[in-house]
Amino acid sequence: MRWRQAREWVIEQLIRASGISSIVMVVLIFAFLLKEGLAVFQTVPLGDFLAGQRWYPISEPPRFGILPLLCGSALVTGGAALLSVPLSIASALCISEIAKGWAKEALKTGIELFAAIPSVVLGFIGVTVLAPLIRQAFHLPTGLTALTGSITLAFMAMPTIVSITEDALSAVPRGYREAAVALGATRWQMMTRVLLPAAASGIVAAVMLGVGRVIGETMAVMMLTGNAAVIPHSLLQPVRTLTATIAAEMGETVRGSDHYSALFAIGIVLFAISFSINLVADLFLHRTRAR
Amino acid sequence: MSAVSDAGTPPVLEVHDLNLWYGDFHALKQIHMVIQACQVTALIGPSGCGKSTLLRCFNRMNDLIESARVSGRILLDGRDIRDPLVPLVTLRKRVGMVFQRPNPFPLSVFENVAFGARVHALAARTGMAEIVERSLHAVGLWDTLKDRLRHSALGLSLEQQQRLCIARLVAVQPDVLLMDEPCSALDPIATGKVEELIRALKARYTIVVVTHNMQQAARISDYTGFLFLGEMVEFGPTGALFTNPRDPRTEAYITGRFG
Ligand SMILES: Nc1ncnc2c1ncn2[C@@H]1O[C@H](COP(=O)(O)OP(=O)(O)OP(=O)(O)O)[C@@H](O)[C@H]1O
Ligand SMILES: [Mg+2]
Repeated sequence: MRWRQAREWVIEQLIRASGISSIVMVVLIFAFLLKEGLAVFQTVPLGDFLAGQRWYPISEPPRFGILPLLCGSALVTGGAALLSVPLSIASALCISEIAKGWAKEALKTGIELFAAIPSVVLGFIGVTVLAPLIRQAFHLPTGLTALTGSITLAFMAMPTIVSITEDALSAVPRGYREAAVALGATRWQMMTRVLLPAAASGIVAAVMLGVGRVIGETMAVMMLTGNAAVIPHSLLQPVRTLTATIAAEMGETVRGSDHYSALFAIGIVLFAISFSINLVADLFLHRTRAR
Repeated sequence: MSAVSDAGTPPVLEVHDLNLWYGDFHALKQIHMVIQACQVTALIGPSGCGKSTLLRCFNRMNDLIESARVSGRILLDGRDIRDPLVPLVTLRKRVGMVFQRPNPFPLSVFENVAFGARVHALAARTGMAEIVERSLHAVGLWDTLKDRLRHSALGLSLEQQQRLCIARLVAVQPDVLLMDEPCSALDPIATGKVEELIRALKARYTIVVVTHNMQQAARISDYTGFLFLGEMVEFGPTGALFTNPRDPRTEAYITGRFG
């Protein structure tokens, strides 16, 4: 009996320790980011860093303005969201309300498989197939544009958005559907007027998590968006994102230099963005569960 | 049984030789019944005998169940409800349904009542606000809720929710109200109030109500049908059925010997 109690105690402590360690890890990583990144603000004030229009890290004197990168990330992410949200919600509705039997299973599996495609592979397909298409379609000098990135990222966001939206839709009580149909609503009216509002908070959370994934995406964006650090005016221009900047320039910096800490400061910005998105998503998911 | 009632008015609903199968399971057997306008018809019988199934035939909710197969005819004002010329949504507008568990939408009180009217685009003639007010009046909720129209319907008491679900139906001006154990989720006082409402609604609507509770059937209904194992064992005026049942199975059931 004693032995069993002791074993329970040990197991409990192990579980607790692993739980705590994950929090400790996050805190340590954040502390490291701060330590390496904050140094740049001795050279560049925070305002100039965030709102500066020029990112010339190796000119003399260097300029560390990340506004073009912020705009690049926002444009690519926004474009991806615009494309993926309607498509994903439609797919989720299709899976949960329209498809039956094997078609439903096939769709679900297909979406899950989509999530399993490594982003570098999607990037590669984007470069070889999508970019030339876009160059020809819009008569551009290069097919590596924000749009190319957005389209590819939209595919990456879809599995997340679809599967969480579908969960939210399935969680809507059957009684709502029956009531709507019994009142003479068509299936379409039932879906748009009852189902989507009833699942709204889950859908918002799904979108946030999908967008969160897109913002952090690096490999495909670096391959597809042309990496020009200028403030873009349309989706058809090359842009450069926050993530691509870190990945592309990390290798060339001297440890401890201003450039080095500027890249870490970008990391802090990314961390802050992702963290707030996840926080919002969490709030919305909780709202669904509370009901 | 004649298709014309004692009073001489034609019936609202007629059921002829209705059979329903869930896969291989024969759930309704040769049902024959006639439902009179502006009367309350109760369906009683032990659990699993097919009361809900029969009720769901009247607005074709069984269409949603893939395994369900129907034969026979149901006439609404003399017209087959499966007539391809009568769209399903029109049938469901005319024949509304209240469910066992109150199921208001997670929307505001106003939007709940307005839902059906919006779906059927009824607000063009009268304003939506007027439809909502009239419907809430009809179920006795207007005075309590008139200042809370924008609040979520999920915050109401169960009795209020069930009334709201009835108001939601009334708003589309149906002819028939189907109620599947509308009081089974309510406490006795709320049950009494909803029964009162059902009696009041009888003036304008034809009501078919499923109940487990024989006292309730006796209190609120004019006609009662006793279903047993998918068969309509006995159907007739409520008073006669309860005081002088013709079939020994009915007698056994209403005297509480089984079920
Ligand atoms: N979707 C379905 N698929 C298969 N069988 C069903 C289905 N719905 C109901 N049944 C069966 O049909 C029979 C009648 O069911 P129904 O729900 O109409 O009974 P009921 O009289 O309403 O019972 P209760 O008083 O418990 O509500 C039951 O034996 C039930 O198991
Ligand atoms: Mg039932």
